[in-house]
Amino acid sequence: MTTVSAQRLASIFVEVADTLVEEFDLIDFLHMLTDRTADLVGAAAVGLMLADGRGNLEFMAGSDENVKLLELFQLQTREGPCLEAYRTGQAVINVDLSAATARWPRFAPRATASGFQSVHAFPLRLRSQVIGALNVFGDTKGGDFSGADVPIVQSLADMAAIALLQERALRRGEALTEQLQGALNSRIVIEQAKGAVAYANGVSVDEAFTRIRNYARNHNRKLTDVAQALVNDRTTPPELD
Amino acid sequence: MNDRATMIRGLIAAQPARAGGVVDHLRCVCQAAVGALSASGTGISVLADDGSRSVYAASDPLSEQVEELQFLLGEGPCLEAFDRRRPVLIANLADEAMTRWPGYAPEAHDRGVRAVFAFPLQIGAARLGVFDVFRDHPGRLSDQHLADALCFADIAVEALLDRQRDAAEAPGGPAHDGVTEAVAHRAELFQAQGMVMVQIQGSITDAAARIRAYAYVENRSLGQVAHDIVAGDLRFAADH
Repeated sequence: MTTVSAQRLASIFVEVADTLVEEFDLIDFLHMLTDRTADLVGAAAVGLMLADGRGNLEFMAGSDENVKLLELFQLQTREGPCLEAYRTGQAVINVDLSAATARWPRFAPRATASGFQSVHAFPLRLRSQVIGALNVFGDTKGGDFSGADVPIVQSLADMAAIALLQERALRRGEALTEQLQGALNSRIVIEQAKGAVAYANGVSVDEAFTRIRNYARNHNRKLTDVAQALVNDRTTPPELD
Repeated sequence: MNDRATMIRGLIAAQPARAGGVVDHLRCVCQAAVGALSASGTGISVLADDGSRSVYAASDPLSEQVEELQFLLGEGPCLEAFDRRRPVLIANLADEAMTRWPGYAPEAHDRGVRAVFAFPLQIGAARLGVFDVFRDHPGRLSDQHLADALCFADIAVEALLDRQRDAAEAPGGPAHDGVTEAVAHRAELFQAQGMVMVQIQGSITDAAARIRAYAYVENRSLGQVAHDIVAGDLRFAADH
C-alpha cells in the first residue's frame, strides 16, 4: 500500500460530506466508506465492526461480503485486530499474518488461508468512547502502511463514527445507543434477506447479497429498506430473479 | 458477557414461579429485571405487524397500567420503539417527552414514572413486541444496566419465539445456545431464517420459531441447524 493520493482522498471527503447532509442509510454509508477505503489504500478487503450494547463486536459492512470474509469478522468477536483496536482504542498496524499465529491462534491462520498477508485495524472513536473498528486486509507482501497513511485511514474511521451521530443525537447521549442498536438490527435484516433471496432464486448467499445491493442502487433505494421489504412482503422484485 | 447472561438467567430462575408456561416465565423476567436494572417496574407487550397488541406480562399491577396506557392513548415510547425498530431511551420524562407524547407522558408522570426505556423485542425483521423499563427517578441507564436490559430483552425474545412449544416444559432452559450465545454462526443463523421463511411460506417470525423448535427437539445447537439449512442439507416443509 503506497502513499495515498491527495486528490482521491479529497474526493472521498466530498462524497462523505454530501452523504451526511441528506437523510442517509447508515449501512449504505458504511459500505461506501469501506469501498472507498479499500480503493484508496489498495487493500484486498476492508470491513467495519460496531460494538453492540453488550460489548460484542458485530460486522456491519465490508468492501466485499463473501462468506469467507464474514467468517473472519465473526472470529473477531473473540480475538483479532478489530477486538484489539476496540479494547485498547489504539490502531493495530502492519501485522504480518503469517507471523501472528501466537497472537491470534484462530484468526491468523484463517486469514492467511483466505489469501491475506497483512492486517490493520483502526478504532472507531467518538469523543472518549470506542464504538467499533475499521479492518483493512492486504494481500501483497511488503504492502505495509507508511507513517503518513496511518492518520489518513484513521480519519476515515473517524468519519464512520461521526456518521453515527445524526443531528438530534448531538442533543441526547441516548440517541447514539438508539441509533447503534437500530443499525445492528438492520444488519440482521440484511442477512435474513440474503437467505430468502438465495433460497427463492437458487443462488448462493454471496450472489444474493450482490443482487440485493445492485437492486437497491439501481432503484436508488436504501439497502436496509430493500432488505426489510424483501423479508416482510415476501415478494421478490423481478430484477432479483 | 456470557457470564452476565448466565447471571441474569439465574436471577430469572430464582423468581417464584406460579402457573408455569410462557406468560408466567415472562412475569419472572419482568420481576427479575426490576432489581437488576434499578427499575420501579417493567412490562412486556406483544405487538404484531397486523396491529394487534396487548400487555403480556408486567412486574406489578401499576406497571401493567402504565404499559396499557400507551395502547389506550395510541402513543408512547413502547409504540415508537416497535415502529422504529430501535430502543427509545427517555432519561427524563418531564423533559422533551411531554411534547413528544402529550397524552402519554403526563399520564405516566402522574403514576410516578420519571424515566422510561423501551427495547424492541426483535431479531432483524422478526418483530414480537417491546420490553419496557420504568423508573421512579430520572437519569440515564448506566452502560451495565443497558447491557443487562438488552440481555433481558433477548431472553424475552427467546421465550416468545418458543411460546407455541409445549407450555408444560421448563421455560427458558433449552440446553442449546440462545440468541445471545449463537455468536459463532450469527450470520448463518439469520440467513437460515430467511431461507426457512421461503420454505415454509410463512413469516420470518414463524421461521425463527420453527428453527428453534427443530433444534430443541433434535437436541442440536442453533448454529449447527443453521449451518445445515444454509448448506442445503436441511429444509423445512410448508405447513407444520
